[in-house]
Order: sequence, then C-alpha cells, then structure tokens
Amino acid sequence: MTNFFGSIDSSVISPIIISIKIALVATVITVIFGTALGLLFVRKNFPGKDILEVIITLPMIMPPSITGYILLLIIGRKGIIGKFLQDFFGINLIFTWQAACIAAAVVSLPLMYQSCKSAFMGIDKTFEDAARTLGADEWKVFRKVTLPLAWPGLVSGLVLSFARALGEFGATLMVAGNIPGKTENIPIATYFAVESNNLQKANFLMGVVVLFSFITIFSLNRWLRSRRIN
Amino acid sequence: MEYVCTKRNRIDMSCEKEEIDINTSSNLLEARIYKKLRFFDLDMDLNLKKEVLVIQGHSGSGKTTLLNCISGIAQPDKGFVNIESDILYSDEKKINKPIRDRNIGYMFQNYALFPNMTVEKNLIFGINKKNLGHMKYLNDLMEIFKISHLKNRYPGDISGGEKQRVALARSLTTRPKVMLMDEPFSALDTETKDILYREFLEFKKEFDIGVMLITHNDEEARYLGDRIIKIDNGKIISIEDKNIDW
Repeated sequence: MTNFFGSIDSSVISPIIISIKIALVATVITVIFGTALGLLFVRKNFPGKDILEVIITLPMIMPPSITGYILLLIIGRKGIIGKFLQDFFGINLIFTWQAACIAAAVVSLPLMYQSCKSAFMGIDKTFEDAARTLGADEWKVFRKVTLPLAWPGLVSGLVLSFARALGEFGATLMVAGNIPGKTENIPIATYFAVESNNLQKANFLMGVVVLFSFITIFSLNRWLRSRRIN
Repeated sequence: MEYVCTKRNRIDMSCEKEEIDINTSSNLLEARIYKKLRFFDLDMDLNLKKEVLVIQGHSGSGKTTLLNCISGIAQPDKGFVNIESDILYSDEKKINKPIRDRNIGYMFQNYALFPNMTVEKNLIFGINKKNLGHMKYLNDLMEIFKISHLKNRYPGDISGGEKQRVALARSLTTRPKVMLMDEPFSALDTETKDILYREFLEFKKEFDIGVMLITHNDEEARYLGDRIIKIDNGKIISIEDKNIDW
C-alpha cells in the first residue's frame, strides 16, 4: 500500500491545501452571485435577460480551456480588467492563486445558478404572499420563507459548485499556470505527476479526490432524503 | 391600525384597545376595480360592511383576482380600494400601498401555512413576540380556535380541518378589519365542513370584522353569507341581501 501511494510529503499535501483554499474562496463568490442571480432571473424581467443567462451558463458547456482563454483575454495584462487593475492599482492577477479562484468561480457559477433557479422556481408564491399579508417586509420574506424553502436546492448547488471548483483544471491552468506551492491544485498536480511518471503521487491524489467526492455526494443524498422524509 | 371590538367580544383586548361602537351600516371597505385580464375585463364596484359578503362564481370568473387586487397581491389597472378613510390603492392619486401595510387578513385556498415552521411559529410570524399584549392575544386565539395542542406540530402533520383553523387564527394575528377568504372550506370533507361552518359563524360573532368569502357552493353561500354577489366574466351579475325582506 505504501508503495502504491508513496510517502506523504509537502509536494503531495500542498496541492490539496491549495485546492481546498481555491475551492472555498470560489464557492463563497459562487454562492453569493449564484443565489442573487437565481432570484433575480426568477422574479424579474429586464431587457437582455436571455442574453445574460446564456453568458452565465456558457462555461458549463464550453471546454474549460476556452473559458480559461476568454478569462485570459479579460483579466490578462492586456485585457480590459487586467490592464485597468495593473494601471490603476498595480495588481497583476495572472499566475496567482486569486486568478485560480476566479477561474474556479466562473466554471462553477452555472451549477449554483441552475440549482438556485430551480429551487426558487419551485417555491409556491402564495407562501411569500401570505408572509406579506402578515406584515413582513421583503427582507423578512426572503430570510424566513423563501430561503428556508429553497434551502435543499441551494445546498445541492453549493456542494456541486465546491466539488466543481475543487476539480477545476483547464481554465485554471490557462490563467494561473502550474506553480508548485502557489497555484498547483490537485488536478494540475495529478496531470503533471502522471506525465512525469510519478504514479505514487498521482495515486495518492486520485485516492483523496475519489474518497472526498464519494463522501460528499453520499452525505448530500442522505441529507436531502432526510429533509424529504421530515 | 386600530382593532375594533364590541361588547360581544370575549377576548380581552382592553390592555391596549379601546372599545368603540361603530354604526354597522357604514362601509368598512369600498372598492372599484378595473383590470384587463386575458379573456375578459374584471370590472366591478363593491363595498363591505361588518358582514359576511360571499362572492360566488364559476372557476376563472375573476373571484381570486378580485381578492388579490384588494389585498395588493395584484394591481388593478384603474380604480380605488379604501378601508374606512385609509386609501390603499388609487390610480388617480397614484397610491398603491404595499401588501404589508394594508393589514388585510387573507386566508388562501391552500391555507399557505409555512411548512418549515411549527404551528406556533406560523402564528407568531405576524406579531411582535416581545409584546406581552400580542402574546396574550395569540394565546386567546389558540384557545378560541382550539389549536393550543397543535402548537409544536408542523403543518404537514395536522389534518385539513386543523390547518383551516390555524390559517384562520394566523390571518387574525395582525388584527385586521377586513378578512379575505378564498374557498376556505373547499378542501374539507362534509362532516368537517359542518363543524367548521358553525365555528365560522361563532368566529364572526367574536371578531366583529368584515369578511369577503369566495365559494362555489350555493348552500355554503346561503348559510354563511349576509350578502351574496354572483360574478361572471369579471362582472357582478346579481346581489342578494339576506337581511332585506323583499
């Protein structure tokens, strides 16, 4: 077994820590934007709504490397946002862990958005109207009625987004590269470990990801089932 | 909003409410509603005293839309909605009070009890739980509607009749002057209906408010209503007043 996985050193642990750090930050961004966008698109109509929805969803169907390349054009040194940040604040995003967070957030946002949209669409509007007739303002309606009723869908979206952010490879490699100890996450470390025939490292990382994904999906399904029974 | 109570009321609200005697012939609510709908125009004038005004009509005749326009859930294209001197909606005066500020009790057809809250939390939703007067009123409501024993249960765990009582009690927690009820008895079996009809008439005596009640059922309309308005394609086609001996 030790031969299969090899010894555990910093070159193996570091990608795990980086992956978790990137996935956590990306998930926070995704949850905030995904929930807000889900609610906005279900409740409001505005010009350009259909186009904006396609743009949000595109990273789900596009090859991640293409998404990464588009991000490179936007946040790269010559990109619209990248040049602005460089010229006015001296900030360079490319090849940083922050760029990896942006890439992970962009590719996982469609999952959160779709889950939130389905969850909000599934709520019977009379519950919210009933709350209003009882004197509740919109914030109270959202906090006490909409959010708790949409909660299972939001949690599913959160878990899927976190898992997607944890496994992000193509877009991350384009904007953050492969810098060990800085931007090298689990998928990138696994790819380069296999390429350099370091199979023990690859096996260990694969084991961590499979085990983590299994526990996550298993726990989510159990929780959702218990919610339905209750 | 001030709650109006009469000497018949057995709920003690003297802690914060003054007893007021009101001429029962005066209108509590006056409304003129015009709203363009998909297949017809909703166009009607009506008033409500401290009575049970039954709105009868077949499915899709505009009954629920009428209640929604009064409560603020839907917005009329033209008209006005007044409760006493309070203007809730007026297209001329460009007034459209939000639902939360209208203080109209609304009992929805499916009761709309929050499934994520216990019966007690459903009832507390509309009141200030730090206010002892409000909490006493809530306890009185639970006793009157015989739902005290259900307070820790969830809506999914109680019967249709119990849900109906909880929904009615909940819509009274904000002490509305006007109550809208959208087919409150339609989902119940005959035996439960008979019990709840009697309880409804008791409730009407206890709480001296105006009730607008939607029903399909002729018998129910005649038994519960003081006046019966029949509507079709958004227009009033007949008004029957039980208190006038023709």
